[in-house]
Amino acid sequence: MIPSAFDYARPSTVEEAVRTLAEAGEDAKVLAGGQSLLPVLRMRLAAPTMIVDLGRVPELRGVREDGDNLVIGAMTTHYDVARDHLVQDHASLIARATETVADPQVRHRGTFGGSLAHADPAGDLPAVALALGAVMVVEGPSGRREIPAADFFVDYFTTSLAPDELLVAVVIPKHTGWLSHYEKFNRVAQAWSIVAVGVSLQVSGGTIAGARVGLTNMASVPVRAVAVEQALIGQSAGADVLRAAAEHAAEGTSPGTDGNGDAEYRSQLARVLTGRALAIAVGG
Amino acid sequence: MTATAEPEVGKSRRRKEDARLITGRTRWTDNITLPGLLHMAILRSPVAHARITSIDVEAARSMPGVLAVVTGADLADEQGSLPCAWAITPDMKNPPHPSIAVDTVNYAGEAVAIVVARSSAEAHDALEAIDVDYDELPVVLDMEAAVADGAVLVHESLGTNKSALWVFDSAEAGTGGNVDEAIAAGEIVLERKFRQQRLIPAFMEPRSVLCDPTGEQVTLWSATQVPHILRLMLALTLGVPEHKVRVIAPDVGGGFGGKLQVTPEEILVFLLARRLGKPVKYTETRSEAMATAHHGRDQIQRLTLSATRDGTITGLKVDLLADMGAYLSLVTPGIPILGAFMFNAIYKIPAYRFSCTNVFTNKVMTDAYRGAGRPEATFAIERMMDELAAELGVDPLAIREKNWITHEEFPFTTVCGLTYDSGNYEAATEKAKQLFDYDGLRREQAERRERGDVVQLGIGISTFTEMCGLAPSRVLGSLSYGAGGWEHAAIRMLPSGKVEVVTGSSPHGQGHETAWSQIVADQLGVPFEDVEVLHGDTQSSHKGMDTYGSRSLTVGAIAVVKAGDKVIAKARKIAAHMLECSEDDLDFAQGRFSVRGTDKGTGITDIALAVFAAHDLPDGVEPSLDSEATFDPENFSFPHGTHLCAAEVDTETGRVTIRKYVCVDDVGKVVNPLIVEGQVHGGLAQGIAQALFEEAVHDENGTLTTGTFADYLLPSAADLPSFVTDRTETPSTTNPLGVKGVGEAGTIASTPAVVNAVVDSVRHMGIDDIEMPCTPFRVWGAIHGRDVDTGGSQAGGGLGSIEGGLQ
Ligand SMILES: Cc1cc2nc3c(=O)[nH]c(=O)nc-3n(C[C@H](O)[C@H](O)[C@H](O)COP(=O)(O)OP(=O)(O)OC[C@H]3O[C@@H](n4cnc5c(N)ncnc54)[C@H](O)[C@@H]3O)c2cc1C
Repeated sequence: MIPSAFDYARPSTVEEAVRTLAEAGEDAKVLAGGQSLLPVLRMRLAAPTMIVDLGRVPELRGVREDGDNLVIGAMTTHYDVARDHLVQDHASLIARATETVADPQVRHRGTFGGSLAHADPAGDLPAVALALGAVMVVEGPSGRREIPAADFFVDYFTTSLAPDELLVAVVIPKHTGWLSHYEKFNRVAQAWSIVAVGVSLQVSGGTIAGARVGLTNMASVPVRAVAVEQALIGQSAGADVLRAAAEHAAEGTSPGTDGNGDAEYRSQLARVLTGRALAIAVGG
Repeated sequence: MTATAEPEVGKSRRRKEDARLITGRTRWTDNITLPGLLHMAILRSPVAHARITSIDVEAARSMPGVLAVVTGADLADEQGSLPCAWAITPDMKNPPHPSIAVDTVNYAGEAVAIVVARSSAEAHDALEAIDVDYDELPVVLDMEAAVADGAVLVHESLGTNKSALWVFDSAEAGTGGNVDEAIAAGEIVLERKFRQQRLIPAFMEPRSVLCDPTGEQVTLWSATQVPHILRLMLALTLGVPEHKVRVIAPDVGGGFGGKLQVTPEEILVFLLARRLGKPVKYTETRSEAMATAHHGRDQIQRLTLSATRDGTITGLKVDLLADMGAYLSLVTPGIPILGAFMFNAIYKIPAYRFSCTNVFTNKVMTDAYRGAGRPEATFAIERMMDELAAELGVDPLAIREKNWITHEEFPFTTVCGLTYDSGNYEAATEKAKQLFDYDGLRREQAERRERGDVVQLGIGISTFTEMCGLAPSRVLGSLSYGAGGWEHAAIRMLPSGKVEVVTGSSPHGQGHETAWSQIVADQLGVPFEDVEVLHGDTQSSHKGMDTYGSRSLTVGAIAVVKAGDKVIAKARKIAAHMLECSEDDLDFAQGRFSVRGTDKGTGITDIALAVFAAHDLPDGVEPSLDSEATFDPENFSFPHGTHLCAAEVDTETGRVTIRKYVCVDDVGKVVNPLIVEGQVHGGLAQGIAQALFEEAVHDENGTLTTGTFADYLLPSAADLPSFVTDRTETPSTTNPLGVKGVGEAGTIASTPAVVNAVVDSVRHMGIDDIEMPCTPFRVWGAIHGRDVDTGGSQAGGGLGSIEGGLQ
């Protein structure tokens, strides 16, 4: 379990990181928490010649408010995201999903940005970022640009980040006071999701004013369950409505098949878990 | 004086070895380094069956730090054939088993080339520069396909994939009736087929081996369960004189049978160190451990059971296919045979026939894994008992009670000819029932069924016994096993009164140091702290049969007690001389000899000092109290127990959650209740893991797709319930301590208890079996009448999935 040899750089600013990455060319890789990258290197499934470690770039860490938005630095660890008060108050769905990632060791090293850039269809954070309408702030040699989550996730493990671009931060519109739950289905506690559903609901006077539903591992990219959202908005938050809405959960998805489930099973899970997530969000 | 008032045996002492094991401040093999140490790395076949047409090692030879690049062709004359110590039948087919493939590879992961370099990193880099051409051959992976006519052959030269057929028939053996007649006359006849999936032992410390050839004796350190067996096998396999080899198993981080092996890596490190004249070390990666350390289980079981309409069993017929993998390793062929005597379990079965066909496939070898043959047998019979109860519409506990051996009937000779020395199944079951609230849970189950609850409740029962404490040499001999089953121990009384205990059984996490110290402290009347236990080095512990089959306490510790008896006998002579009395006038208690009826006496530690000085010993008495003993018991030990599991099944998702788990085990007398509790907990976790979580899956090419812990799912504490454990104590009558083995009990009993609970929860939906592991997908498939494919080329999610992303 020894990686191939590589060069190593540890920039201290975003600008320096971008420059180092650009100079190193195609075979460079960014290192964030290393929880996904290191196993790949150690199993020699990849052999980048240059590793650019973002671990000492302070401006990439932390959560801050920016008007109607939250800005989460790409290098903020899962542990810090999950217990951050701003995240708890304004994007509780992100906190709920982050709490389910792996185990405490992994959460202390793995990062929010790393998970999104990694774009694992079974990862828990892409779907909730998508559901809340996150926008990715990325920086490359030609400057900064913003990519809406819907355009960011392209395919299995593939994003619209260029090889010489860094994910710098994630902007998330505030969902203050929304009721959230992330219902994750896996086989052992520290495993990835077979299917998971994140819901965030704005309920006022018993009526659902806003609904965001994201599905994990129901396609090669995270999916927003638009049909479920539409079936909820404007309705009363009663059990029948929630149950009926959940029936739409698998619409428009294209789940894969592996030893843990085929498309039909995953579709069933999506419906069941959506129903449960909605009920828990509203109930508690 | 050093007398201990309160007995040590029976105390829940924390293990004295734990601090160093848990903090890692100890010698694991991989921690050991020597001047000039070289490192070995292995290139392994990515394909499961192929001819090697060429290997180009030139580029690797000139890589930095590389001292040697070696292929199978280079070692063909030296490497011999890896040993198989158990020829179960005279005509068993046992093809040559090279440590490194010479011209053909027969499973994915087989070694094809090795590099020795100055650092491990350089060795691994050089592996990438080796170019191997394979001419791929078709593979055979499925046992039923392997025994069919015209099957692809693993070893062309054998002309068959069948290694051996082993049969036991109670009519032929004269131990019972004719099973075919019983079945023909059966009022009820049930036939079932069960699958024992392949498991990966997944010990915590990956295997590691270091060989130093620079002394007069070659020294080999290995993370092994069997240092003594390894030394002998190195001599037999490689033709090196046994007295020129020393084997050391330093602290070893778990084994579960997975390190009961003589491995290709041990042979290769030995050969390369000898060739280069320098110490060489190899430590496997976790991926190598998963793919190439031997696997466990893997059987297809067909059972036919006959009974009368009142539920009395009249006959049992068992037909097994057992997957050997591509070769026979140390005890591969004997593992299913160890189960042959356990299908009748705790029941009075009048007629029995067992037959097992051992089958070659293009997969890594199977061999011992916690329970070794007995979990498989217990699973099958306990599932059958539930099926019989369901068929007759009676409570599954009642059907067991009807057929089990009652406590008045011990000693009881079974239909296999084994004599169970003691047991009390009624007592253990009664206690378990009460702890479980059996009647209350049955009521809740009925209510949930009635309401059509989304979450259904099932209750699973497993009663069990096992033959363990592997020994009697005589019995092992009758099974054509290649070695005996005795164990050796020695006690050294040091001049200062401290005690060294030398044991031939080789701990790898069990807690021998603590338990042996407790036993010896009581026996010799010295403080617990004054006892040191030495093990795992053929130089200090020169004789032994090592640790497996729950044998350490029931065989190894009895040898310690026998040695202790001899120490006391020697000391008695000297005490009599010192106290000027007859030996018969001496009482020995709490470390002190006292002259009966007087206040005169002397302590055993004082005698130790007097022996050291040797100034005044009786005539003809050697100046030594040190003693050794070798113990070979007359019989196995037969622990038993009753395990009850309540499982909730979510019918919408198929998820199984264990709601309550109660086990009452009878392991005879207990030396250290805390250690027993730990063994039971760990065993339960492993047995439950077989029922619900673990499975080694291969794709259609023979590649292991569950090759990391992201795909091969070991449960953690978060995935298991809080266990309720308790005991009854029926002493064994075959050893002086009254002890029985506990190392495998939890693993043996828990798997059927859980699966029975899962099936019970959905039986009213017309389901009578779900294959292991009972994953959510499988359970959901069963409920919804769908055949689900959980094998195939892709394991689910996890680290496996990252392969796609980052290439
Ligand atoms: C045992 C285990 C269990 C896990 N379980 C789960 C789980 O249940 N759910 C879950 O969601 N995840 C799980 N993970 C993955 C974990 O969340 C990782 O932290 C995450 O996938 C990657 O984050 P990282 O910071 O470690 O990124 P790294 O591993 O450092 O990087 C991952 C990839 O993203 C790229 N990258 C990282 N940061 C940036 C950036 N700022 N800009 C551009 N590219 C970047 C890297 O170059 C690399 O290709 C698990 C991991 C482990 C080891």
